Amino acid sequence: MKNPIGNLNKIFDSRIRMGVMSVLLVNDEVNFNDLKQLLELTDGNLASHLTNLEENGYIKIHKGFIGRKTNTTYSITKAGQKAFTEHLEALENMIKNVK
Amino acid sequence: MNSETSSLEALHDIKKMMERSSRFISLSGWSGIAAGICALVGAGYAHHILAKYANETISTNPGLKEDFKNPATRGEYFFKYGDNVLFHQLLQIAIFTFAAALILAFIFTYIRSTRKGVPMWGFVAKRLMWNTMLPLIAGGLVLLRMMQMGYFELVAPCSLVFYGLALIHASKYTLGEVRYLGYGELLLGLVSLWVKGYSIYFWAFGFGILHIIYGIIMWWKYERTSN
Repeated sequence: MKNPIGNLNKIFDSRIRMGVMSVLLVNDEVNFNDLKQLLELTDGNLASHLTNLEENGYIKIHKGFIGRKTNTTYSITKAGQKAFTEHLEALENMIKNVK
Repeated sequence: MNSETSSLEALHDIKKMMERSSRFISLSGWSGIAAGICALVGAGYAHHILAKYANETISTNPGLKEDFKNPATRGEYFFKYGDNVLFHQLLQIAIFTFAAALILAFIFTYIRSTRKGVPMWGFVAKRLMWNTMLPLIAGGLVLLRMMQMGYFELVAPCSLVFYGLALIHASKYTLGEVRYLGYGELLLGLVSLWVKGYSIYFWAFGFGILHIIYGIIMWWKYERTSN
């Protein structure tokens, strides 16, 4: 039998990165402040995790403006969708194997 | 480390985050109950004013008695003999009832969302507002135009229809049960289109009783235990 733990994605071990991916999987586009509010985080904490996810190609960053204020929004990439869904399946399999 | 429980926890967290970021779930059952009571009081008062008006008209013009007693013609006669004072009174009641219901509903939901630590004005709430208000405002304009053109009898049934459609649409962005309330309002509105002379009762049932029933069920299901 295949080892189910092998499919778990190390990148999503962090609760914050897992939270970001969960939010972005069900929403087309979410801006920085909304993400911060949803995940109950501070600026610096969230920013580093977002950079990490972007470097892995799981999320896209879009810098825009609302009037003069910058409005940075984030969305999930195809690769991110695939990786996170696989991670979810791996988690589910682990639970199924116990039963 | 026990990896089974941690993956169960992880899945639980993921589900929670998905839900929290896609639906506004702090809608309080009390909001429904309060809105329903406002509607019943408003409808009761409007009914009282209409009855008073009918009695006054009959006393000066006894020949109209049968027409006012008969539900099939009652509506027409109100609009045929009704004056601007009557319509303004009814419109004022409608606006006051709507405002009171909205404010009370807002207050109870605000209390619940602060208790749960969910921001009232997060993007989830804004999305719900937009998706509810859009069909309601469009419907409101249609109703206004109906009144201008003199189709007063259609106003109460159509307000139920538009409200039902708005709820069905909004249910994607909040508690899924809102959809069933929407079906109820829509059905009542459609039936009421064909039952002449009873629209105020349909209206009172839809906006009053259905809201209260919905509110009690929601409170029972989600809030009873959390207090």
